[in-house]
Amino acid sequence: MIELTETTSSAIASEFVKARRRAGSPAMGMVMTLVFVVDEADAAETMKAARTASREHPARVLGVILGNGRGQSRVDAQVGIGSGWTGETAFIRLSGEVTKHPESVVLPLLLPDSPVVVWWPSKAPDNPAEDPLGRLARRRITDAAAVPRNKARAMLTQCRAYAPGNTDLAWTRITTWRALLAAALDQNPGKVVAASVTAERISPSADLLSAWLSDRLRVDVDRKSSDGPGITSVVLETKRGPVSIVREDGKLATLSTPGDPDRPVALKRRGIDELLAEELRRLDPDDVYAATVKKMVKLNAKGTSVRTKKATA
Amino acid sequence: MSSIHYTSPDGTQFVNPLRDPQDRRLPKIAGPCGLVIFGVTGDLSRKKLMPAVYDLANRGLLPPGFSLVGFARRDWEDQDFAQIVHDSVREHARTEFREEVWQQLAEGFRFVSGDFNDDLAFDNLRQTILDLDRVRGTGGNHAFYLSIPPRFFSDVIGQLKEHGLANPAEDSWRRVVVEKPFGSNLETARELNAIISDVFPSESVFRIDHYLGKETVQNILAMRFANAMFEPIWNSNYVDHVQITMAEDIGIGGRAGYYDGIGAARDVIQNHLIQLMALIAMEEPTAFDAKSLRLEKQKVLESVVLPRRLDLTTARGQYTEGWAGGVNVPGYKQEQDIPQNSRTETFAAITLHIESRRWAGVPFYIRTGKRLGRRVTEVAVVFKRAPHLPFGDTATEELTQNALVIRVQPDEGITMRFGSKVPGTAMEIRDVSMDFAYGGSFTESSPEAYERLILDVLLGEPPLFPRHEEVELSWKILDPIVEYWEKHGKPDTYEAGTWGPASADRMLARDGRVWRRP
Repeated sequence: MIELTETTSSAIASEFVKARRRAGSPAMGMVMTLVFVVDEADAAETMKAARTASREHPARVLGVILGNGRGQSRVDAQVGIGSGWTGETAFIRLSGEVTKHPESVVLPLLLPDSPVVVWWPSKAPDNPAEDPLGRLARRRITDAAAVPRNKARAMLTQCRAYAPGNTDLAWTRITTWRALLAAALDQNPGKVVAASVTAERISPSADLLSAWLSDRLRVDVDRKSSDGPGITSVVLETKRGPVSIVREDGKLATLSTPGDPDRPVALKRRGIDELLAEELRRLDPDDVYAATVKKMVKLNAKGTSVRTKKATA
Repeated sequence: MSSIHYTSPDGTQFVNPLRDPQDRRLPKIAGPCGLVIFGVTGDLSRKKLMPAVYDLANRGLLPPGFSLVGFARRDWEDQDFAQIVHDSVREHARTEFREEVWQQLAEGFRFVSGDFNDDLAFDNLRQTILDLDRVRGTGGNHAFYLSIPPRFFSDVIGQLKEHGLANPAEDSWRRVVVEKPFGSNLETARELNAIISDVFPSESVFRIDHYLGKETVQNILAMRFANAMFEPIWNSNYVDHVQITMAEDIGIGGRAGYYDGIGAARDVIQNHLIQLMALIAMEEPTAFDAKSLRLEKQKVLESVVLPRRLDLTTARGQYTEGWAGGVNVPGYKQEQDIPQNSRTETFAAITLHIESRRWAGVPFYIRTGKRLGRRVTEVAVVFKRAPHLPFGDTATEELTQNALVIRVQPDEGITMRFGSKVPGTAMEIRDVSMDFAYGGSFTESSPEAYERLILDVLLGEPPLFPRHEEVELSWKILDPIVEYWEKHGKPDTYEAGTWGPASADRMLARDGRVWRRP
């Protein structure tokens, strides 16, 4: 990695070219530009996840690390290729006034004519699609479960601000649950008359899962609390009896269906790198997510009004 | 893709509301089922099959309650079998080892000991399967993987039939997987097919050619039919010839018993090089399902003709002692158990023509061999020279023909060769190669060939692998060549670690062409 201090976008861009020459001009075959935006505290962790994901999706990775917003504007960067990354990488540290204009640094560094993905690993703008950086992207990835405070509210904020191309890792986390539930219902065809989701009290993923089930099955979904980790059980009541998936330890689940022996099934909580890799596999808007967040907003509006009524009564 | 429909007894249809064609994140998970592996102690089973089963489980693609039954002539208990699987997974699995995944899988391991002609053992197998249906809920769905030499097929398939293992109960399935070779000529291929099709309907038979994984096939199809820039030049107006190469740097190793008498052409050309040729040469299928693909491939294979003079258009060789990759290696006849008078070829090169408007006049040169320069499988489409070069002769002296190379192994990707000006004041044009690699292809996140195959079998997806019609057609192409070789002379020799016998170079020189060095 080459260190550039007090630099500019064009110096970073020319360093990309030099780094490639130094490595003997290898073919890169990059398919997208991945931009992530973090604080210094989360930078190391985020880079690790992005590096693993880049193995499946060769990309130009631009890590924008926002420093102190006060003082003189300053751009520092580390630029390089190789060493575990499949594409080009630049970590760009911003401080001073330029922290309010990161898009001006990123724009000249986007790969020509290929998709751009922006990922906010922890704090995200309330409306990613209107964010100056988010506007550059075709895919905007947030993570409501990773914000420091009030995750449930963060999820709801993202749901309300949904625009095509937005997605949240809380949604990605439940793909395995959804797949297993769909497969279980394939095997036990019949109308589902009630459903429940049990999870940690605060779990954006569990809220999304409830909304998805409620939207698809057209039933009220009972959201119960447990000590976790994460989601601990989902029960679908059918006429023949309950179809349930119970996972107490965050690793191994038990599938119970009417008339069959209980079956164990591995259902691991996945790492950020795997979630990110799944997210990058498709870059078009996720319609099912769109329907789910719409439902979630609707359910919440109802829920809030009920609670408000109680409070005033 | 449409939703899955069920018809209940009262005639109303159930549509799984959790399935949505738009929901492309959801992977397909097979319904309850089990896999029975015959020849479970073999190399393939230990290095490929068992790790693939674990990897699938790790990716969450196996159904809950999945069961694995091993069948072999060993005096083992279930635990001993589990230990063998454990070791092979530890050594060969591509994904990380996780205790809970292992635990889930290991509960479903069973071992049945016995010979392939042992009625008691097959009774035992039947009991085991029934038992699994009860305890693990496999629902009567079982796939039989025959990882055994073809001479045992009829025994095992006969036993499966006799013990009622081959016919599924209502609402369940039984499937069978067989590996190449699919016979050693047209006649034996037909016999083999007769044995299998007598017991299993053709949609329940899965033939695997692991060299040509589904991923590769789909990559080729995507490259050819999803792009606009290749198709217009994909014909005899622009293509000069096509070279298909599969080279191995290893010798025959411990496979003398199988290899001697079979040879390179039957071992490799019949199945996967001819398949590769079909994929490169076929017309666009009407849809990307197994049936339409098969139709197009079949059309290509049916229009293949051999040159009249097989002596001038084919070549074969046998490797002799030599230095390969810095190691002194023995010649073919010095390998263990190879008779001194063996005439088996370890290198084969043939010329095929496809009689169609698209390909008339474009020869397809196909070659394969053991102990060649390096391990590589590729298809090179070599284009005609530009009809007119507005440069001086000296400027284009080092410019050869443009080529598009589809690399299959070891680093899957595409190479384009074209001319480019050498920087400087002099006008000089030289070949450059531009490489593209399928980035994700070799990371752990992409399932490898065996995983895809096992998943297809469990899901019942019609495989992209050849059905018996294609197998028979490719034998029809190859049989006359092999028969000609048997009647005429013996293989030339080539030193181990080189690119084959001189006769192969002469074969192309007659047409005014040269082999690529892959």
